[in-house]
Amino acid sequence: MRFMVLVKATNESEAGVMPSAELLTAMGRFNEELAKAGILDSGGGLKPSSHGVRVRFSGSARTVTDGPFAETKELVAGFWIWNVGSLEEAIEWVRRCPNPMTSDSDIEIRPLFEMEDFGEALTPETRTLHEDAFASARNR
Amino acid sequence: MSRESVASLEAVYRRDGRRIFATLVRLLGSFERAEEAEHDAFIAAAEQWPRDGVPANPVAWLVSVGRFKAIDRLRRDARFTSIDEDAETIEKIPDPSPRHDEQETIEDDRLRLIFTCCHPSLSEEARIALTLREVCGLATEEIASAFLTTPSTLAQRIVRAKAKIRDARIPYEVPEPDQFAPRLESVLRVIYLVFNEGYSASSGELALRLDLAAEAIRLGWLLVRLCPAAEVRGLLALMLLHHGRRRARTDAAGDLVPLEEQDRTLWDARELGIGRAMALDALRTSGHGAYALQAAIVAVHSEAATAAETDWAQIAGLYDRLLQCEPSPVVALNRAVAIAMRDGPEAGLAQIEPMLNQAPLATYHLMHAAHADLCRRAGRIADARASYARALDLARQEPERRFLRRRLAELRA
Repeated sequence: MRFMVLVKATNESEAGVMPSAELLTAMGRFNEELAKAGILDSGGGLKPSSHGVRVRFSGSARTVTDGPFAETKELVAGFWIWNVGSLEEAIEWVRRCPNPMTSDSDIEIRPLFEMEDFGEALTPETRTLHEDAFASARNR
Repeated sequence: MSRESVASLEAVYRRDGRRIFATLVRLLGSFERAEEAEHDAFIAAAEQWPRDGVPANPVAWLVSVGRFKAIDRLRRDARFTSIDEDAETIEKIPDPSPRHDEQETIEDDRLRLIFTCCHPSLSEEARIALTLREVCGLATEEIASAFLTTPSTLAQRIVRAKAKIRDARIPYEVPEPDQFAPRLESVLRVIYLVFNEGYSASSGELALRLDLAAEAIRLGWLLVRLCPAAEVRGLLALMLLHHGRRRARTDAAGDLVPLEEQDRTLWDARELGIGRAMALDALRTSGHGAYALQAAIVAVHSEAATAAETDWAQIAGLYDRLLQCEPSPVVALNRAVAIAMRDGPEAGLAQIEPMLNQAPLATYHLMHAAHADLCRRAGRIADARASYARALDLARQEPERRFLRRRLAELRA
């Protein structure tokens, strides 16, 4: 089962405070452990939202807004995609994650939809379309 | 019935059926009444959800309907039996109206159910049967076939256990702090026995038998979620670390492959990874004991890319601590083997030989097999042969017997 593990932002991360050398080393070790267990798909840290934009969708209209964005605690400062056996397993790995922030913070674990979850809305043809697209992206 | 409500009813049953049952046992004070009430609640849901839609909180809905159905049933029965007694029972059924700590109470109900099913005043067999039936929700037939017994024998065992819970008034509760540790030990023991029952079955049998090892691991995860004590995580880590090597443990013919000869590429990196991580965590947490130490030992084994790279010094050190914590002859034997690997076969033999003819290990086949192995490595071939033959006399499991015969044949060659 795939999970997205979201490191939620804090005031510091949004202010652009960079991780310390110790934290970078600890995270490197943690990632090494995840890779050794064969569960690490991908991941990375996000620059503060002041570097980002939002594109708002309203019918056919698209409006671009520059960051930073409010509601800091809802923002994401980093993420992984893991392939683990269960939510419980993901929780255990998150417990072992070095504390990513100096202030109190959250890590959120969200299961990804698997193809089976879409039911009949996903026809076999559309399913192949999705799978082929991701497979070719991976092989590139 | 609409497809969505069937699908969601099935999903609720699979995911939450046991939680609902656990809560109903608390509310109704009886396993039988809870079972009937849960059944009635799901029948009601199958009728009403397609018509009225899936309720916002399906679990609370099912608990509440189950409770009402139980009260109805008691009222109906009261017409035929002593009215007073049943009226009293009805009065005592608490109202599960949502409280701020509802989630916590429901989670506690599962823990209550586990502690009740593993109560030390029940026999070990009864604890295992009851846990698999009531906590895991397995069918009596499934459990019976897993333990190679008849469904009627097993059903009787469960009925007797439930009667004992009722008659001895075993409370449906999480034990108080002063009782918690020994009671938790009983729970962990039940889970580990289930795991070992599944794990020791040879692969041929396993195909026909329920996967008890996987069931025990599921129980372990549940318990870690409900009660993350060091030994709970230690036990789960231990099971994951064993389970992660299952594909390498027997060869195509179903024969046991000893650790040093296992094809390590067949090990499950994911299970071993999380098992190692949890073993380390458990070892760093206060209150850890024999399970965490055993898990740490297996974790060290699992870290070596080849048998030759095994860190025997660390393993021997962990066995020292395990022997202090659990001074059993089997641990002493394993410690001796680790010492032999660290310091050479003679050092191991010096540990083992005083134990050879002492009860209870004198009749333990693995003791003689280990002795034989060390003699073989030390070049004492005649002693090795004698001990392999003794081990063969004592071993009961066919794969182990085949392994010992093979070793004997190698020494003759």
